[in-house]
Amino acid sequence: MRRLLQWKGVMIMRRALRPAFLATLPVMTGYLVLGFGFGLMLHEAGYDVLMALGMSGFIYAGSMQYVAISLLADDASLAMAALTTLMVNARHLFYGVSMLDKYRGTGAAKPYLIFALTDETYSLVCQEELPVPQESRRAYYLLVSCLDHLWWVLGSVLGALAGSLLTFSTEGVDFALTALFVTVLVEQWLTAEDRVPAMIGGGASLICLLLFGSGDFLIPAMLLIAGMLIEYTDGRRGKRHE
Amino acid sequence: MSEQQVWLMVAVIALVTAGLRFLPFVLFGGGRKTPAVIDRLGSVLPSAVMAMLVVYCLRGVRFDTPAGWLPSVIACLLTAGLHVWRRSTLLSIVGGTVCYMLLVQLVF
Repeated sequence: MRRLLQWKGVMIMRRALRPAFLATLPVMTGYLVLGFGFGLMLHEAGYDVLMALGMSGFIYAGSMQYVAISLLADDASLAMAALTTLMVNARHLFYGVSMLDKYRGTGAAKPYLIFALTDETYSLVCQEELPVPQESRRAYYLLVSCLDHLWWVLGSVLGALAGSLLTFSTEGVDFALTALFVTVLVEQWLTAEDRVPAMIGGGASLICLLLFGSGDFLIPAMLLIAGMLIEYTDGRRGKRHE
Repeated sequence: MSEQQVWLMVAVIALVTAGLRFLPFVLFGGGRKTPAVIDRLGSVLPSAVMAMLVVYCLRGVRFDTPAGWLPSVIACLLTAGLHVWRRSTLLSIVGGTVCYMLLVQLVF
């Protein structure tokens, strides 16, 4: 009986593999490029493949890993590193909030699913309509998370390895990250019912950048954005009640 | 920084990142109801955060010389334009990045 159940689990995994793989294709291209850029920068900063593997495997947060390279170069303190991570990755709090229900009942896979909840994985698993039947949801979540993780690690290891082989200058390759965020923002802008939150996010950040300077603006910007969004959604809710 | 210190910093960054990802499940998991204000915020935050991240990436832009701002602005406009045109994430990212690399290496 137990072997039969195991066999059934394997079959569910196998059937979810194809839709999961297809869904991660856009993430694969993005992660290979961004991971490659990260590996290159790490190599140029004087670190080896093992460090690329360790950081991409354990931290697994794209933008934060780019920031980590400058923390290492600046000889920053551990407290500074922890605080910067809080600021840069605070947005992940909100991904968890919207996955509370969907990740309920995922059993032993749950801790890994939560650990691997990056921006890109979130964008795939948060959708209501999944390309798999209900009984395969858990397998699909797990496969999408594992595949994305694999693409990211693969990209950074390749970048770190290729660093010594590349004969052309890679100056400016870090723009891939900016390009990713611009792309996601444009995509959200084109499909959004309500564009005010994006304007609040951009406007508040610009104001804080001008007031506080490039080194210290992120935390005031996040507080201002949270405050304005709460105020805005409160007003929107009020209107609906009238 | 010694190799040990470097790994220690990687461990701190990894733990704080994982902590942020786990916190909502620890606070609101297990059948408790999510506070309404968190629900509301969660629904509008993704696009606001993305705009914030774009500003964050461009925080180093300086307007005293053309080289300080033109490459970023041109590459951002190209990325956005490509995306409106083809809606292909790969094309937009690669196109914008290659354009930026060419501008900073060959033009400015």
